[in-house]
Amino acid sequence: MRLSSRRGLLLGAGASALVASRAFAQTAPAAGPFTLPPLPYAPEANEAAIDTRTMQIHHDLHHAAYVNNLNAALKDHGQIGGLPLGVLLTKLAELPDTIRAAVRNNGGGHANHSMFWEIMGGPGGTPSGELAEAITRDFGSFETLRTRLETAGNTQFGSGWAFVTVSPEGRLGIAQRPNQDTPLMEGGRVLLGNDVWEHAYYLRYQNRRAEYTRAWWNVVNWDAVAKRYAAAKAGTLGI
Amino acid sequence: MAFSLPPLPYSTTALAGQGMCQETLELHHGKHHNAYVTALNGLVESKGLAGKSLETIVAEAGKAGADGLPVLNQAGQHWNHVLFWQVMSPKGGGDKLPAALAAKIDSDLGGLAAFKEAFKQAGITQFGSGWAWLIIGHDGKLKVTKTPNGANPLSTGEGQPILGVDVWEHAYYLDFRNVRPNYLDNFLTKLVDWDVVEGLLKSGGMKSGQGA
Ligand SMILES: [Fe+2]
Ligand SMILES: [Fe+2]
Repeated sequence: MRLSSRRGLLLGAGASALVASRAFAQTAPAAGPFTLPPLPYAPEANEAAIDTRTMQIHHDLHHAAYVNNLNAALKDHGQIGGLPLGVLLTKLAELPDTIRAAVRNNGGGHANHSMFWEIMGGPGGTPSGELAEAITRDFGSFETLRTRLETAGNTQFGSGWAFVTVSPEGRLGIAQRPNQDTPLMEGGRVLLGNDVWEHAYYLRYQNRRAEYTRAWWNVVNWDAVAKRYAAAKAGTLGI
Repeated sequence: MAFSLPPLPYSTTALAGQGMCQETLELHHGKHHNAYVTALNGLVESKGLAGKSLETIVAEAGKAGADGLPVLNQAGQHWNHVLFWQVMSPKGGGDKLPAALAAKIDSDLGGLAAFKEAFKQAGITQFGSGWAWLIIGHDGKLKVTKTPNGANPLSTGEGQPILGVDVWEHAYYLDFRNVRPNYLDNFLTKLVDWDVVEGLLKSGGMKSGQGA
């Protein structure tokens, strides 16, 4: 296939772009209340769905930019910047006009990506225990949950996310949001979510988003998701 | 009449030396743009689009707000990409603009450098997917603006685009990765065919020739 035969050339060009982009990302390393969490595994760990290069760019550059831009927006707003992220995102309407969009976009981006890294790096498979029971109760079957989340991701026009939401009682639901919006902004909680911005999948899947959202299950860490489920029910899930 | 994918006005290798590689053009035109055309044709019957021009469909979908989004997403993206392919060319780029366009940019936007900076900022600050535009506003003056996803200045009623740049990540990810500002710089300095832009200025905007 012609696309793969040019892969070597493509990666060569990408290497110089990566060097340039690192310089760009570091132009404004605003110190502030929020920090980029390290990936909880090697960037190779999600190879069953996401290539190493994408993991590196996505975490080290895209997510880092959200953190830097969030800190920059909050620089002169000390009290607001002291709020936990999950609380900050419920107060967008109360923020000054000058920083509301920046906090929404970059705070949402920081929360979404922090969750995203946390629930990957696993072997895929199926959930078990109380979480599996909740999925059967609320969706009928695990396969139905998979299909519904994939559909939410595939039909999110443009940039955005598909989420499984969780209530304090442990009820599960499906949500899709544009750009970096999240159910956290309405006081909800996210059990897990998949990034369907093109940057999440373009290097390996190009325009084939549906292939990405199907393969993505291969790297979900159900132990990590089960911990989030328990935390949501205990009222301790921050973001 | 069905909507159709117009051929690129140059080969898929033609812009590789100017920052837009063959793989980008093959995917962007042959897959992304083509998918919008296919999806739009699939809406003609259910949404009652038959007999209407693409421009009318885009404007009406924009006026319909949230209810119009399913049509606007596909129709707007079809129109947007038809314009996008036209405003780039292998002989594009440079700072020597044709006289009438240069004079108009000088008088309305404070000169080429100021225009480029405003256009680049519009592209950078369009959060997520979307487009940045140079348009003829209803007062006849040039204006720089931006729209999300598949919208455009026809759907918002702002005016007639004479230049547009796609800032969906698919437009630049293979060539520039996450660095959208470099893509926009490259577009303005190496890809824009200013003769085409002046032609659109003189004709009052693009007529796609597409309809249902
Ligand atoms: Fe992302
Ligand atoms: Fe595009």
